[in-house]
Amino acid sequence: MGALGLYGRYAMASIKGQLNYPASFVLLTIGQFLSTIVEFIGIAALFSRFQSLGEWTLAQVALFYGTVNIAFAVADMISRGFDVFGPLFVKTGEFDRLLLRPRATPLQLLGYELRLMRLGRLLQGVLVLAIAVSRLDLAWGLAETALLLAAVAGGVAFFLGLVVLQATLAFWTVESLEVANTLTYGGVAAAQYPLEIYHNWFRQFFTFVVPLSCVAYFPIVGILGIDDPLGAPRWFLYLSPLFGFVFLAMALIAWRLGERRYASTGS
Amino acid sequence: MRDAGTGPYRAIFAARFLMMLQYRAAALAGIATQFWFGGIMVMALSAFYTEGGGSASITRAEAITYIWLGQAFLGLLPWNVDPEIAVMMRTGNVAYERLRPVDTYFYWFARAMAWRTAATLLRAIPLLLVTSVVFDWVGLGAWSLQPPQSGTALALFLLSMVAVVLLSSALTTLLNISVVWTISGQGINVFTNSLVLILSGMVIPLPLFPDWAHLMLLLQPLAGLVDIPYRIYFAHLSGAEAIAGIALQIFWTMLFIGLGHLCMTRTMRRIQIQGG
Repeated sequence: MGALGLYGRYAMASIKGQLNYPASFVLLTIGQFLSTIVEFIGIAALFSRFQSLGEWTLAQVALFYGTVNIAFAVADMISRGFDVFGPLFVKTGEFDRLLLRPRATPLQLLGYELRLMRLGRLLQGVLVLAIAVSRLDLAWGLAETALLLAAVAGGVAFFLGLVVLQATLAFWTVESLEVANTLTYGGVAAAQYPLEIYHNWFRQFFTFVVPLSCVAYFPIVGILGIDDPLGAPRWFLYLSPLFGFVFLAMALIAWRLGERRYASTGS
Repeated sequence: MRDAGTGPYRAIFAARFLMMLQYRAAALAGIATQFWFGGIMVMALSAFYTEGGGSASITRAEAITYIWLGQAFLGLLPWNVDPEIAVMMRTGNVAYERLRPVDTYFYWFARAMAWRTAATLLRAIPLLLVTSVVFDWVGLGAWSLQPPQSGTALALFLLSMVAVVLLSSALTTLLNISVVWTISGQGINVFTNSLVLILSGMVIPLPLFPDWAHLMLLLQPLAGLVDIPYRIYFAHLSGAEAIAGIALQIFWTMLFIGLGHLCMTRTMRRIQIQGG
């Protein structure tokens, strides 16, 4: 069976398990939807008071907001195994079992759980994106559509990369480091606005150290069809989502290195 | 039942408070996270103030002060159920709570108060110190927490913060009691946390919402958790308005204590204990 088929089976098993408690699933999903939509309500309220954010309009910001939320929701939905890797796999020695199976460990960890409740954030992102698309007068040609899909795919890869790196650290620290949340959740919070509005060092950090802007800022500027206020050339806007995948690839290399030095806790 | 005075309640407060102080590593991670999130909000709000049109009834410096106070006192928000009480319900250990010769409501109230204040104390002091003093030293003066507007404002703010603790503990206790029906606290948490965040002023300061919503937002109970004390701090509410704000906090607190006490008496009379 191919990796994809195997993952499909993992995912189905996880979905079936969660649907055994339909009321709980519905409640948690609605809760997720509400707790993320309040952020957008806040942004909309700020726009109603201040009218604009420099050159940016609410509809434009909604496009940034929707895209990054969709990407993060998908990554968050499938990456639970990495999220709990420290306490549930390293600390307990459970990781030994994964190593015994003839499949790549990242695949098995991806199959650990598919968190359906994250549909709440996903729906929220889709809703905000729909608002953005309906209010923006954009020509949705092939290039724009492809760029949007690339931004989402690159974003998923980017956030997966972050979680893989966080899990990789657990090979050394055993416990998961909560501080990594500042990059995942903090990254989403930051990228809900166009990165252009932030302080220089903050933008540079999220471009050159952690390439968040490559999946959540530059491609959106490309879709909007405006000149990048930060001065990135047009061709780069189209190329930028690739860096999400490069980041994931680097994270997986780090994972390999960590895996090699893994010593079981026994028991 | 012999009236034992406030002794037992003070004892449970002290015991829980000291226990919660043990979680220092969690507090440190929390502080780092709050600086980061606070910083993002401060930068976004600054951009609105400097690059947007329109006008607001609070200044940029006041809005930033509001954000930092919110991050410092985040732990006081009644957004979730005490996980230990949820476990108590699941295992049936809640039966022991019925055996104690004290009023279970006020016993849980003291417990909630210790839980909220201890978690906050560890985080608030470093956050307040860094954002007010260190930011100025390192050249981030534009982003720093401003001192209170006057001595009177500070005194009223402190009084209002005491009301925050009471209001938050009353709401937390009410949430804890609701676990009797739901068994798992999770279902409640997902709804309360979004409501508390937006209606208290944590998502954006309440004065930045459209003008037509201001009166409604001020009168609803959750404004007493964040909005009222912080506006008193920079004297956006002063004199009679500040006193009225604190009175409003106390009104909601009394109401929720009354409601909680009623619910507790009712549920405990017909509670079914799980497990064996």
